[in-house]
Amino acid sequence: MTDHRRGHIHSSPFLHSSNSVSRIMRLVLLALIPGMLAHWYFFGWGLLINLGIAIPTALAGEALMLRLRHRPLTPFLSDYSAILTAVLLAIALPSLAPWWLIFIGTAFAIIIAKQLYGGLGYNPFNPAMVGYAMLLIAFPREMTTWLPAQTHELAFMDNLRYSFLNVLPHGLTLDSISMATPLDTVKTRLGLNMTIHEINSQFQNLFGMLGGRGWEWVNLMFLFGGIGLIFMRVISWHIPVAVIGSLFFCALAFQLADVDTHASPIFHLFSGATMLGAFFIATDPISAATTPRGRLYYGAGIGILTYIIRSWGGYPDGFAFAVLLMNMAVPTIDYYTQPRVFGHRDD
Amino acid sequence: MSHRLWRFHGGLHLPGHKKISMHERVREAAIPSQLVLPLQQHIGHPTEAIVSVGDRVRRGQMIAESKSFVSAPIHATTSGQIIAIENRPVPHPSGLDAPCIILEADGKDEAIEAQAHDYRNMEPAELRHLLRDAGIVGLGGAGFPSFIKLNPGPENKVKTLLLNGAECEPYITCDAMLMQEHPHEIIKGLLIMKHALQAEHCIIAVEDNKRLAHTMLVNALEEHEPHDIEVVQVPTLYPTGGEKQLIKVVTGKEVPASSRPLNVGIVCHNVATAAAVYDALQGQPLISRIVTVTGEALHHPRNLWVRFGTPFRTLLDECGFDKKAEVDLIMGGPLMGFKVADPDVPVIKTSNAILTLKRQVQKPVTLPCIRCAECARVCPVQLLPQQLYWYARAQDFDRVQDYNLFDCIECGACAYVCPSHIPLVNYYRFAKTEIWAQEEEKKKSDLARQRHEFRQYRMERKKKEDEERKRRKKELLKKTSNKTDDKDAKKAAIEAAMARVKARRAEQDQQKKNTDNLTAEQKKKIAEIEARRKEQAKND
Repeated sequence: MTDHRRGHIHSSPFLHSSNSVSRIMRLVLLALIPGMLAHWYFFGWGLLINLGIAIPTALAGEALMLRLRHRPLTPFLSDYSAILTAVLLAIALPSLAPWWLIFIGTAFAIIIAKQLYGGLGYNPFNPAMVGYAMLLIAFPREMTTWLPAQTHELAFMDNLRYSFLNVLPHGLTLDSISMATPLDTVKTRLGLNMTIHEINSQFQNLFGMLGGRGWEWVNLMFLFGGIGLIFMRVISWHIPVAVIGSLFFCALAFQLADVDTHASPIFHLFSGATMLGAFFIATDPISAATTPRGRLYYGAGIGILTYIIRSWGGYPDGFAFAVLLMNMAVPTIDYYTQPRVFGHRDD
Repeated sequence: MSHRLWRFHGGLHLPGHKKISMHERVREAAIPSQLVLPLQQHIGHPTEAIVSVGDRVRRGQMIAESKSFVSAPIHATTSGQIIAIENRPVPHPSGLDAPCIILEADGKDEAIEAQAHDYRNMEPAELRHLLRDAGIVGLGGAGFPSFIKLNPGPENKVKTLLLNGAECEPYITCDAMLMQEHPHEIIKGLLIMKHALQAEHCIIAVEDNKRLAHTMLVNALEEHEPHDIEVVQVPTLYPTGGEKQLIKVVTGKEVPASSRPLNVGIVCHNVATAAAVYDALQGQPLISRIVTVTGEALHHPRNLWVRFGTPFRTLLDECGFDKKAEVDLIMGGPLMGFKVADPDVPVIKTSNAILTLKRQVQKPVTLPCIRCAECARVCPVQLLPQQLYWYARAQDFDRVQDYNLFDCIECGACAYVCPSHIPLVNYYRFAKTEIWAQEEEKKKSDLARQRHEFRQYRMERKKKEDEERKRRKKELLKKTSNKTDDKDAKKAAIEAAMARVKARRAEQDQQKKNTDNLTAEQKKKIAEIEARRKEQAKND
């Protein structure tokens, strides 16, 4: 390989666009901000605390592994990819998550799911989702400690104290302040043979106009940021459109079949991790399909799997598992969706 | 005039940097005191020198001729004396030296007698012969001998002759300047080419960032009688100037992979080649071209008419090169050109531009591929560069060919957009060279293996035959010793053999026809010889 390494110095092209990996990652982080603001507005300081734990953990984990793998620190630590993984995980984890949950999840994501596979560019699975799925399986109880939208009374210090010391303000218990998410509620109540209409009227303050209360705004803001990313050509439209479209049509089909036992497509789109997932997680280039047609299949697979897991699986939101399952299918998808090369016949 | 246009996949909108070298008209570059003329300035086989050291030559005189089909002769680019024929640095990606004829100019610049021809009185074959002798090669950059591309062959009909004036690479403006200043020569050359090809109609394609060139061509066309020539503006998009890309844009036809435009009834030439063809018919072989000398660290970037053999250095000096600047010297454009280490290399037929680019102080760090597929989005051939890279890097040369490595035109669009700054094209070149080398190796080993296998087979066969013979002999012996009662059969066999011999003799006797119809004298001689032989036999 020395020959072409030497060639590297001599060979064209001699111009380069201003694009870079760190620019892409920075723009994705930037586009997350509107959604994160909505998240903070509705679910309180938990996100900030999560970020405060996840980002240093990710950077430390990355640095440690790079050192162990004898890789240079600067280019990789400054590419923002570890930070992005940390941020995505911090958003996905509950606002009352204990510190060790975030620490373990992030460390697992960076060390196991990313660096042990070879670091940036080599991980077949989305690291944040691997971390999330591991936590969901290992610590199911801690993963449900969500606050209800906007009605919580936890100040920053209270939230911080809970995260690190597991202590709540006097008179409050975890059960009294935490609450099942809208997706979770719909799932468990449907399991109790309630109709969608009954669930909606019984848990009025849990639902908004489009989806879960608060969650719909978070989703709208992630949608807004995501459209910005498409506009800036950081991501292509294929995956988000396929995810949203397939989820929508699955939900629509089942709702048309039986309105009483299936939530509306709009509810599915604006609850849980849909928009965050469609624009920011499924589009992670490293673990996603690369051909235009393949990206449509990949996204559609995620949307369909999400719907299946939400409706009949064991978890209220199946986005993480849907992404991981489709990650596995990527090499096959890419192989069978190669575009027709110029001057070659269709076959 | 509107012409329907198509588009190819991907492509890049690049900063043009074209204006900087278009401020003034093209001027003649000074003829240096010494010119270095490489024996190979084109794609194909090198030429062979037909002059010797000490010979005096005049401008336009052929000094090296082509000995094989894909080749183009070289002419003296001024008058003077041949002072050496030796290896010198030449502009080539390898950076290696190559044989050159060194011509010392006498300053008189005397030309050989020019003989003009009228193409209308010439057969296409005759015309091609003349163009071949004039040393004309494609001036767009590849340098393929033009007479070959002007020969459609009896089985092909040329519908469209496409003249490529796209010039899509940044910085390069030599074709634009030629179109602006010499539109008539281009059109006249085009008509000559049309005649050689017996083409139905012609299209001149110009990128829409060259307004003046387009206008000049359209105006010039009005002064000619109608000839089915159309000037078409095509969108500025890199690499529209690629032959197959331009054909797609202008005609909507996709030239099948590993096949020539001729197969879809199209032939494509560069505008500068057309002008050179016109000059050739005026009796002037290809001895100079317009070279864009441009880039950073030049006070007067401009276009120059340059005699082949002029060192880059003198041209740079003529354009106010800042000697203190840390620059890379590139022949060609920034996307497909190559670095030249030695500024003393000469301008050759394919030198469309000399580009100086500031050397990057900090080399960008190459990160791993993040599979963003930006490369696939911009690839004009719709390859999957990220997969090609993956397999080229793993040296998995079967897979890399499954992903159509050899359709890559090395335009560099993928490497340009790669956010990880991976020198993708390098990997493709590496893989291509390795595969070629392997194939060469394979051919050799195949031959050796075939020989070896045949030898094995031969020995095997001999062994078998020997064994078979032995076996038969044994059987025969067994038969004779065991069975005494088939003596009759044996006798019969012997008789049969005797009969066969007799029959054969009889046949031979019959065949001895050369002893019939002999003269008496000959018969007598034969009788004498026979007698002598008998005598001898008796004595023995």
